[in-house]
Order: sequence, then structure tokens, then C-alpha cells
Amino acid sequence: MQDLTIHPEKKQLIIIGNGMVGHHCVEQLIERGATQDYQIHVFGDERHRAYDRVHLSEYFSGKDADALALGEANLHATHGVLLHLGVRISSIDRDRREILTPEGRLPYDSLIIATGSWPFVPPIPGPEVSEHPQARLVYRTLEDLDAIRHHAIHARRGVVIGGGLLGLEAANALKSLGLEAHVVEFASRLMPVQLDDQGGTALRERIEALGVGVHTGCATEEIVATPGHDYAYRMNFRGGEHLDTDLVLFSAGIRPQDQLARDAGLEIGERGGIVIDETCRTSDPEIFAIGECALWNGKTFGLVAPGYTMARTVAGCLTDVCEPFSGADMSTKLKLLGVDVGSIGDAFGTTEGAKSYRWIDEAGSGYRRLVVSSDGKKALGAILVGDNSYYDTLLQYVQNGIDLPKDPAALILPQSEGGAPTLGADALPDTAMVCSCHNVTKGAICKAVDDGCADIAALKIETKASTGCGGCAALLKQVFEHELESRGMDVDKSLCEHFHYTRQELYAMVRVEGITSFDELLEKHGHGLGCDICKPTIGSILATCWNQPIMDPQNVALQDTNDTFMANMQKNGTYSVMPRIAGGEITPDKLVALGQVAQKYDLYTKITGGQRIDLFGAELHELPDIWEELINAGFETGHAYGKSLRTVKSCVGNTWCRYGVQDSVAMALELEHRYKGLRTPHKVKMGVSGCTRECAEAQGKDIGVIATEAGWNLYVCGNGGMRPRHAELFATDIDSATLIRYVDRFLMFYVRTADKLQRTSVWRESLEGGLDFLKEVIIDDSLGLGDELERQMHHVVDTYECEWANALKDPEKLKRFRTFVNEHGGDPDIVNITERDQPRPARTNELQSLAVEIR
Amino acid sequence: MSTATAAKNTAQVLCGVHDLVDYSGVVALHDGRQIALFYLPHGRDRHSAPEVFGIDNHDPFSNANVIGRGIIGDKAGELVVASPIYKQHFRLTDGVCLEDSDVRLATFDVRLEGECVVIV
Ligand SMILES: Cc1cc2nc3c(=O)[nH]c(=O)nc-3n(C[C@H](O)[C@H](O)[C@H](O)COP(=O)(O)OP(=O)(O)OC[C@H]3O[C@@H](n4cnc5c(N)ncnc54)[C@H](O)[C@@H]3O)c2cc1C
Ligand code: SF4
Ligand code: SF4
Repeated sequence: MQDLTIHPEKKQLIIIGNGMVGHHCVEQLIERGATQDYQIHVFGDERHRAYDRVHLSEYFSGKDADALALGEANLHATHGVLLHLGVRISSIDRDRREILTPEGRLPYDSLIIATGSWPFVPPIPGPEVSEHPQARLVYRTLEDLDAIRHHAIHARRGVVIGGGLLGLEAANALKSLGLEAHVVEFASRLMPVQLDDQGGTALRERIEALGVGVHTGCATEEIVATPGHDYAYRMNFRGGEHLDTDLVLFSAGIRPQDQLARDAGLEIGERGGIVIDETCRTSDPEIFAIGECALWNGKTFGLVAPGYTMARTVAGCLTDVCEPFSGADMSTKLKLLGVDVGSIGDAFGTTEGAKSYRWIDEAGSGYRRLVVSSDGKKALGAILVGDNSYYDTLLQYVQNGIDLPKDPAALILPQSEGGAPTLGADALPDTAMVCSCHNVTKGAICKAVDDGCADIAALKIETKASTGCGGCAALLKQVFEHELESRGMDVDKSLCEHFHYTRQELYAMVRVEGITSFDELLEKHGHGLGCDICKPTIGSILATCWNQPIMDPQNVALQDTNDTFMANMQKNGTYSVMPRIAGGEITPDKLVALGQVAQKYDLYTKITGGQRIDLFGAELHELPDIWEELINAGFETGHAYGKSLRTVKSCVGNTWCRYGVQDSVAMALELEHRYKGLRTPHKVKMGVSGCTRECAEAQGKDIGVIATEAGWNLYVCGNGGMRPRHAELFATDIDSATLIRYVDRFLMFYVRTADKLQRTSVWRESLEGGLDFLKEVIIDDSLGLGDELERQMHHVVDTYECEWANALKDPEKLKRFRTFVNEHGGDPDIVNITERDQPRPARTNELQSLAVEIR
Repeated sequence: MSTATAAKNTAQVLCGVHDLVDYSGVVALHDGRQIALFYLPHGRDRHSAPEVFGIDNHDPFSNANVIGRGIIGDKAGELVVASPIYKQHFRLTDGVCLEDSDVRLATFDVRLEGECVVIV
């Protein structure tokens, strides 16, 4: 634990709880300059730094604790905030204004309680918890999920008690861990808080169709251990029925974590919760409570947005302006087990005189309900099951009291084309809330645009909109584009001054019009001579579409120097040469041959991060001779110079490694040889690991493949380098043929739709609809493109030819590999120095002293 | 006419036109200086007589002799070459760097004479 020294010149501010809301409060305090007057201490019971609990379930679909963490890792240190993780506060001494930590007492001037909730486990008789933890699991923290993962290993079936929002998420988690999942709900329908009967029925049908067992109106009376039976436990229900299972997960509601406040004598609500006023002060004015532990106006709030609003209120009260907390909208939009569910405002029509429109689709298990005021003029609430594309518009009608159209039913009726009806962004008042997590209104977005935000990324950074739960992304984009348009600005997406089209548009023109040369494209759709931006981009498009050798005369002038000379230019104008060493596997003979070439041409050699060997310091005129020798020794070009597949990194897999479950080297070789000729918008890297220990670091690659007992897990869109990004799990336990098919489609879809120089990671982030959309296109073939993408890839694979072998056959092409057109030999200005027994370019100061010696 | 004859007298052949590469560069050595030669087979509007430009091969930003290996094109109507190392643009006509007008590469009076490229 960090030290508890006190700065006498500053006031002491203590925050108990480092969850989502506590963390947001710290960020807000820092932003408002509170660290000038306050020494801030934060205490968190959990050992992890604050993380995104809303997306907790992604812990099971590829994200680790780091990927879920909130904000910058060094935020606290940078601003002098002392963060104590893994420390539970045991009590508050209000008389002495001190808190009790395991290390001793610490005085406070102001105190903020942000202790969240705890998962309620009903007192159902069952086996001893210490011996049977798997009969009493909960779903709230990363540690809870670790426990679930641990106990799921030997389980076949899992039951969730509680059919609310969290219970269904938990059921999905069990399913994703490979278990047969069941949900047991006491009420007569699923999600009783958000949905009415018909909504519950539609949801139930959809969820059952996914293979999850649903048992409603079921009260569990006891859980008994059944050693020696098929399943480890039996759950007995009132009425005599039972269900056997290997583990039981409770999701029967949450309760405010108010113990500290109770013990300290603060006012507590009848059913729990620390009572606060509109400034978030408890009954002791020096103590605030925020987030799920707080009770305002008789209500607790189990969502993150109201907690964030409270955090802002407190940060304001402690610094400049105290904006009173005035309750929060509890509308929710979720995707549960892949099923859209939305609930807005007065969803049950409890307002006096309220009337409802309902649309029921029994065949497709869809349901929508719109609740309107007695005069039919305003929308009060809504329920959606099956399709949330109606959500944003309905929410705006309800939240902003916008007058309904003449036929309100149209708002929930299926649309023959163009998708759900949208309320034009101009119909929204400036006060309309776009992002409720970060309290960003349409007005704030307009202001940011006025202040110069020219793209969504900048807007997100400036306003924080859409960086919370992300539910408002589509609406944000719509408002943003509308604002740009109404200011007469248009987002210039032109490639460069010669082509007023995006890379994607040019790609389509080349394909559709069958254009095979830069000249032709320039003639038809561009102007001027071209430049160093459009030439390589179009060169790459032509190469992918028609697989022409980049050294063919019409392509030569398009390539940047690396592509032109099929080597990588280094800072002194020499090149590095990197033959392909597929999968990092190399025979001793080839290794010797490489060494001999390096010796003969005095090249510096280094092993790269991609399991290859790079030979540095070759001059232009030496390249053909070097390649002649390499090709004779059985090498081929490694495309290290191109925007194309670089390497497929692999571990040794089950051939040698005792943990390996598949032959990762063979898979790496197959992938590398298949895609080696493909030209892509940016470089592409892959990795294959032989088991989940992941020695090949496949999750840091554009395409990552990890062996499982049953086949392969496929990860996509990872990235190392300057902005590392974890690859996301795309498909599990697929066989080799399916893997190749998905990768074929994925890569071709990327080639078609990415912008110039866009890595897959950035492309993925720019894709509307995100990973789900990508899965639909690649796995479910939702755009009907699958065959075409595969056909294109087959063409590229079938017409592969080593570019260096091709060039060596053609004296015309070799003509260019001359340092001078009118002299033999190399550049006299290239001077090497020997260091650690290898050559390297002389530095400027070394060159100067060399010059003196010669003179 | 007289100037042309005068030029012919002092001109020295650098290389043949067949040594040049369309819309791209090669490098010739002349009196110990490296000259990058860029060739536009149909002129700068793509529809007139061929043109050739000679410019210093030394890139002052990277201190390497690489300009001849840059991509050529036009920027706001000016013919330019982009350095392959740090991507600055230099005007082919007078060598001025667009990103930093204090930097200027030497240019050379090179011409096409029949099948030859000559320097005046
Ligand atoms: C699976 C799941 C899905 C969810 N999905 C959504 C969603 O889609 N939308 C939405 O709006 N909300 C969702 N939520 C709810 C959302 O996560 C919570 O509303 C939010 O995390 C509340 O923040 P908090 O800071 O009040 O509480 P928490 O995030 O629970 O943080 C409280 C912290 O205080 C610590 N603490 C408690 N007592 C002490 C003590 N004595 N000393 C030190 N530390 C202590 C706890 O360990 C905890 O880390 C979801 C929650 C879960 C579990
Ligand atoms: S990833 Fe698995 S199979 Fe491969 S080397 Fe590591 S432990 Fe062995
Ligand atoms: S990390 Fe930087 S210095 Fe190192 S190779 Fe990459 S670009 Fe060059």
C-alpha cells in the first residue's frame, strides 16, 4: 500500500470504492483542477485498477483485465492521486473524521462513498459454500468470472438463477464457455423489470431458439449435492420439479453496498441504500455517496449513466459549480445472447390514461410496444424485442417530448425499405441528450464542431461522447454528419488532389470498369500527373485486382522505391534484403546459404521480430546478384517491401512442444504460402500458436490463430507497433478448411473496403456495426459476397509468382538496378564502419573524421 | 538558332534516352556530381513533346543520395519529386523544397538531343 503521509497545506479527500463511478469521479476531479487544493486518496477493494464492468462479459470473449481497464494506467501517478488497490476500508469514524484502513487511521476533510452493490444470493438451503463454491457463484467482478471459468472446466451444464438482464448475460457467458445453459426465473417472464408479458414471451422464444433452457415461474427450494450422479447437484423447485446441474450461478438482483454507512450511523433507506440529497450529500454534509450504493428520492440506480452524473455533481460541488442531481432516465438498450432488447421510459404504460400501440410478430418472435399519452400527442415509453434499430428515435421522442407524427404506429411498424424510421437530426432540440453516459447533448456536439472537430474520432476525444457504453454511436454519427452538412462543410475523403474519390471508390471503379493501368484511371477519373500518394495506392489496387507483377512497365513509376526495387530502403540509401522464411522454419542448408551471401556482399545481418533474417546494406546494383544467389539456394521474395502479407509467426506446436494440441507450423506454412502474393491496403501480419499458451503472440496480429483441442480459434484485427490492439475472438473451434475460408473472405473484404494505409485494426474500429457486422458478413454471408470474395482470393493465389524470379528473367527490368546509368559500381558516398564484427553506416561525425584522415 | 548551336557545342552526353524510365527517375554521374534524371515521355500535360529534368541526387534531409529514386508527380500544378526517405517534395523546375523553402536542390540544364540526354 502506498504511504499515508498527509500534506498539511492541502485538504484531505478520500474516495472509498474504485469501481466505474468512483473512477469517473477521480477523472472529473482531476479535470476540474481539484488536485490543487486536495490530496486525494482512492481505496479499492478489488486488486485490479478500475475496469469497465458494463462490458465485463467480454472477459470471456477475448478481452483481458488490461483491455477492460478504464482510462490511462498512469492517470493517478501523473496527477499526484494516491491509489490504494486491494485495500478494504473497514469503518468510518465520523466523530474524529477518520477512516480505518488495515494500515491505520487516515483523516479526511471530505469523504466520497462509491462502494457500488453486492450480488444478492437468496437464502436457499444448499451444500456448505466452502466445499461447494460452484453451487453458489455470482457475476459481478473479474474475480467472480475467474471462478466461473475455473469451475466450468469440468462442468457440462450450468444454471443461472435469475432471468433479468444480468442473469441472461451470465447465461450467455456459460454458453460461451461451452456449457449447456439454463435460466431459472421466479417471475412469470424474463426481464420482468424491463419487459411486459408479450415482450417476455418474444424474448423467451428467441433465447430458447439459441439452445438456452428457460424455466419461468420457478421457485428454487433447495440445492442438494448428488455425488456419484450424472450431474453434481440437483435443484428442487416448489411444486416437485427439479433440474440437475454441475454449477449454479446466482443473479437474483443487487443490493446497495451500504454497510460502512450503516455502521457509521448515516441515514439508510428502508430497503437499503445511502440516502443522499440533490448535491449527493448524505445525512453528514462532509460525506457524499455516489453510484449504485446511493439512494436518491427513494430510488437506487443500477446503471452506469446515473452514477456518472452523480460523480460529476460531486466533483462540481468540491470545485466550482454544483449541478444538482435530478434523477436519471432508466431506459436501456441491450444485446442479450445476440438478441436486441430495449426498454424506454414508462414502458408499462402506468401513466394515467396512457395508451399503447403493439406490434407482435409471432412467426419471427419480434415485439414492439409504444406507449403514448392520453391525448396521443407525446410518446411516454417503449419496449423493443428483436430489433433495436427503432431505439434511438423512440428515445428522442420520449426524452425530448417531441410531438408524435399523425400516425404514431408507424414508428414501430416494420419498414419495407431503408430500415427503421429515423427522426432527422435537425428535429432534435439542442438540449437533446445524445450520450447519456457522459452527458453530451446535441448542443455540446454542435459546439465541438464549431470549435473545429472535423471527424468522429476528434469529436469523441473532445466530448467523450460514445466512449461509455457506446450505445449512441449511430446517433452520434448522424448528428455529427448533419451538423457538418448544415455548416456547408463536407468531410473531404478524397485520396489526393488528383482523385476526388476514396480508396474504396477507386477500388470499385477499377474492378467494375476493368481498368488495368494508372494512365487509364487518371484519364477517366482523375487529373494532373498523380503524386506519391495516389500512385502507390492505385498501384496496390491494380496489383490486388489483376495480380500484375509490380515490375511490369506500366506499374514501375507507381511504386515507391521499396516496391520498385523490391527491397527496403534504409537511411543511407542502401537496401535491406529479406527472403521469405515461411513460418520461421528454415533448413540448415538455407541458413548456411544466407550466411554465405551476407559474407560475400558484406551485409549486416539481424533477426527480425517476424522470425526472419534481414540482410542490410546492399546497394542498388548488387540486388540482382544477391537475389540470383538466394533464388538458386531455394529462397523467394519475402515481400518485406510491400503492403502485403509479411510473416506468419508460429511456435513449434505439437510436433515438439509437450503442450501443443495442433501442428501450428504446418498451419503457419499453409497460411503464409496462400496469402504471400496478396497486396493489401497496409501490411498484414499473422501468427499461429499451438495451444492457448500463445507463444507466437497471435493475438497481437491482424490474423491470429490459436490451436484448441477441437480445431482452431480465429482472432482478427490485432496490432502491435505504435498503437497496440488486442485481436478479437472471431470464431471458435473451427476446422482448417473453415479457417482458410474465413480468412480468404476476411482479407478480401478488408482489401475492398479499407482506406489507404489503414491497418486492419483501424479499419475494424471504423466499421459501423463493429465485430458483429464483420461476423455477419464473413460467417453468415449477410451481404451475399462470400463466393465472390473467395473467387477473387483464388485468382490471387493461383496467379502467384515470385517477383524477384520474374524480374531476373527480364533484362529490361534489370536495367533499372544500376546506381548510375553511365557508370558501373556504387555510390562513393556510402561509407561503412565495423561494429561488433559487422558493417554499419558511418555516422556524420565519423564521416568528418574519416575525411580528415584521408586528407 | 544560334543559341541552340552554341549549346550543342558545349553539351556533353550523359546517357541514352533508352536509359531513362517513363514517369520516373535514374541517376547519372557527371564531374563527380550525381544528377537525378526524370523523364516525362509526353510532357507535363501528358500530351506534348517529351521532357527531361536534372536535379541534385543528394537529399539534404537524410544526407543520402536518393532523390533519383523518388516518385514524381504534381502538387498544386507544380512538378515535384518526393524524397523516398522522409517524403519532402522538391520542385523539378528549380529544386525548391515545398515544405521548407530555405532548402533548394541544385538543378541542371539537361536536354534531349535525338537519342541522347545531354547536359549543357
Ligand atoms: C455483467 C454486468 C453487465 C452490466 N451491464 C450494464 C449495462 O449494459 N448498462 C449499464 O448502464 N450498466 C450495466 N451494468 C451496471 C454497471 O456496471 C454499474 O451500474 C456500475 O458499475 C456501478 O458503478 P459503481 O462504481 O457504483 O459500482 P462498482 O462498479 O461495483 O464499484 C464499486 C467498487 O467499490 C469497491 N468497494 C466496495 N466496498 C469497499 C470498501 N469497503 N473498501 C474499498 N472498496 C470497496 C468494490 O470492490 C467495487 O470495486 C452491468 C453490470 C454487470 C455486473
Ligand atoms: S503456444 Fe503452446 S504449443 Fe506453442 S510453444 Fe507455446 S506452449 Fe507450446
Ligand atoms: S521501431 Fe522505429 S527505429 Fe525501430 S525499426 Fe521501427 S521505425 Fe525504425
